[in-house]
Amino acid sequence: MYRYDQYDETLVKERAAEFRGQVARRLSGDLSEEEFKPLRLMNGLYLQLHAYMLRIAIPYGSLSSAQLRRLAHIARKYDKGYGHFTTRQNIQFNWPALIDVPDILDDLAEVSMHAIQTSGNCIRNITSDPYAGAAAGEVDDPRIWSEVIRQWSSLHPEFSFLPRKFKIAVTASEEDRAAIKVHDIGLKLYRNEKGDRGFEVLVGGGLGRTPYIAETVRKFLPEKHLLSYLEAILRVYNQHGRRDNKYKARIKILVAADVEDFRRQVDEEWLKSDRERLDAPLSELLRIRRHFAPPRFETLDDESAALAAARGEYGEFDRWVATNARPHRQAGYAIVNISLKPIGKPPGDIAADQMEAVAELCERYSFDEARATHEQNLVLPHVKKDDLFAVWRGLDDAGLATANIGLISDIIACPGLDYCDLANARSIPVAQKIAERFADPDEAADIGELKIKISGCINACGHHHAGHIGILGVDKKGDEFYQITLGGSGADDASIGAITGRGFASGEVVGAISRLVEFYKENRKTGERFLDAYRRLGPDPFKEVLYVDASTV
Amino acid sequence: MSTLRLSDAGIAIDDRSYGEEITLESWRDGVRPEAGRFAISIPNTEDVDALGEIVRFFSAVILDFPSFQDGRAYSQARILRERLNFTGEIRARGAVLCDQVLFMARAGFDAFEIGAGDADGFRRALSAYSVFYQPAADSSVPIRDLRAAKRAAA
Ligand code: SF4
Repeated sequence: MYRYDQYDETLVKERAAEFRGQVARRLSGDLSEEEFKPLRLMNGLYLQLHAYMLRIAIPYGSLSSAQLRRLAHIARKYDKGYGHFTTRQNIQFNWPALIDVPDILDDLAEVSMHAIQTSGNCIRNITSDPYAGAAAGEVDDPRIWSEVIRQWSSLHPEFSFLPRKFKIAVTASEEDRAAIKVHDIGLKLYRNEKGDRGFEVLVGGGLGRTPYIAETVRKFLPEKHLLSYLEAILRVYNQHGRRDNKYKARIKILVAADVEDFRRQVDEEWLKSDRERLDAPLSELLRIRRHFAPPRFETLDDESAALAAARGEYGEFDRWVATNARPHRQAGYAIVNISLKPIGKPPGDIAADQMEAVAELCERYSFDEARATHEQNLVLPHVKKDDLFAVWRGLDDAGLATANIGLISDIIACPGLDYCDLANARSIPVAQKIAERFADPDEAADIGELKIKISGCINACGHHHAGHIGILGVDKKGDEFYQITLGGSGADDASIGAITGRGFASGEVVGAISRLVEFYKENRKTGERFLDAYRRLGPDPFKEVLYVDASTV
Repeated sequence: MSTLRLSDAGIAIDDRSYGEEITLESWRDGVRPEAGRFAISIPNTEDVDALGEIVRFFSAVILDFPSFQDGRAYSQARILRERLNFTGEIRARGAVLCDQVLFMARAGFDAFEIGAGDADGFRRALSAYSVFYQPAADSSVPIRDLRAAKRAAA
């Protein structure tokens, strides 16, 4: 894991001190709410329906036990005892008082955390593969490059007042677990035919009101030129991105208008730039790389007798291993996914006690590392197979052993009308009702991988366009209605879901989803996921079952 | 309206005007200043990369922030300093707020049109940080180079 040195620490402390001053000016009345707003938004502090919300950055989702314990402390002391993991590997607290925020930031700074650039029209928290350093098939550890970008983008003097927010995701593997194609910039590290490492640079993906899949702007960028090339993209965007209309201000609009022209401008700018000076020097890359050296794995057999015995004895454990554990690159180890989607609870929420339980387990069993995922779950990246049973027991005691990763009840949902003042409709209760309908683990396992994503409005924070089934809250004469999209994906086979037709009242949503699932079950081929069946059969038959006597259900 | 100036000697504040000021538009219409110190004001929609032959006649360039949210002039200032090697004054006009002044200074601005009485906030903001990650248009040494120097000394 990356450990702050004196410079990283100084910067975060100076930021906390600066914000303390700004809050003091607000509390004394020196600043009006209107003047204060842009300042708090530079620091992840939003004013929501009922209270302030503070969003804390978790760079590329990486957390230590000390950080988890500190988040638990903050949840208890300054909030209502819980936090909420977002779709960008961040955590939000929904109830802090303004006067406490400077103290929260000081508490965070002590464990190398902050809220810098978690809001505002700047480069946001860098996201990456939650299985980095653990999954097989990586050409390099994407966290190295994410950290390089994190430092470069922090308080960047040129790119802090962009036309709109800007999100960058990094992966170094063929299997895309970072949704890079729906980011403003997606970076995929790979080796070319010559064996050199470089990035495929994708630009202009995004969800929101006008969803786009990113375009490849450069097929192969030698890795050493990453920062100078990012500067070129950001500079073209800063100067030419639209600023007259907030809904057309994301870089995707600029790219979609004329991708050839965009590429030409970026290349021109890049060739003119002083790359020598902008790119990170090799010595700095090496320094950062050293922080991500693999942990000291034991040399083990890949098969674990203890695991096999426990699986034979405990059915629930066996099921949990089958759904929540994934293969590790190191023999005898596994990647453990912790579901934050217990049936009937708000997706992504976690109580202070649970954070501490995860801290304990990650310290004991996973080299002191945990990860947050963009699907609002957590990961223990390096667990010995021999220890899986102990980890499961620990999670089960904390109410964190739900066995539903990737299944129909592992739903992404934005905060929606329960918290968000932009919402048309509630998201969380819809997620809860669907999860309750499919609570039977045998049925869920039989349905297999099915990603449902719910947004409370067209801003698409719940990524509904990228859901195999997407649900979008719409306002119909003051009533909450839900439109269904089908066929979206945020993975390597990325696609934007298509709208099916008129919306459903909240009481009709579960029935509509059930009809889709039944139809899929009757028509699937062996091994075919819902998404594959939809792609094979096309939208029409699905629409038919969706709208067939909807009124009578 | 006062002007805050940054130089190696520190921060100075005064109320004097710069001297004669013309717009890029009037330059293009053929207006040519006579003798003395001149400033040219450039809209933030202009590609300054193409203006090297014009700005060299001026001792100051004035760049505009129509609102503090509109950050185009940050790019313009860096291009003037880092690519065109413009060594005259780069002055920030418009929505120049103390909470952004450090970004402006790092992008290459060295003069700021500020409200009378705002000086304290600007002084405080300019000294809020002692370390910076990126190379930019100011003279601060980026953190990565501080690290390298420290390693070399060890
Ligand atoms: S999608 Fe809409 S309702 Fe949901 S969090 Fe985003 S802005 Fe709020």
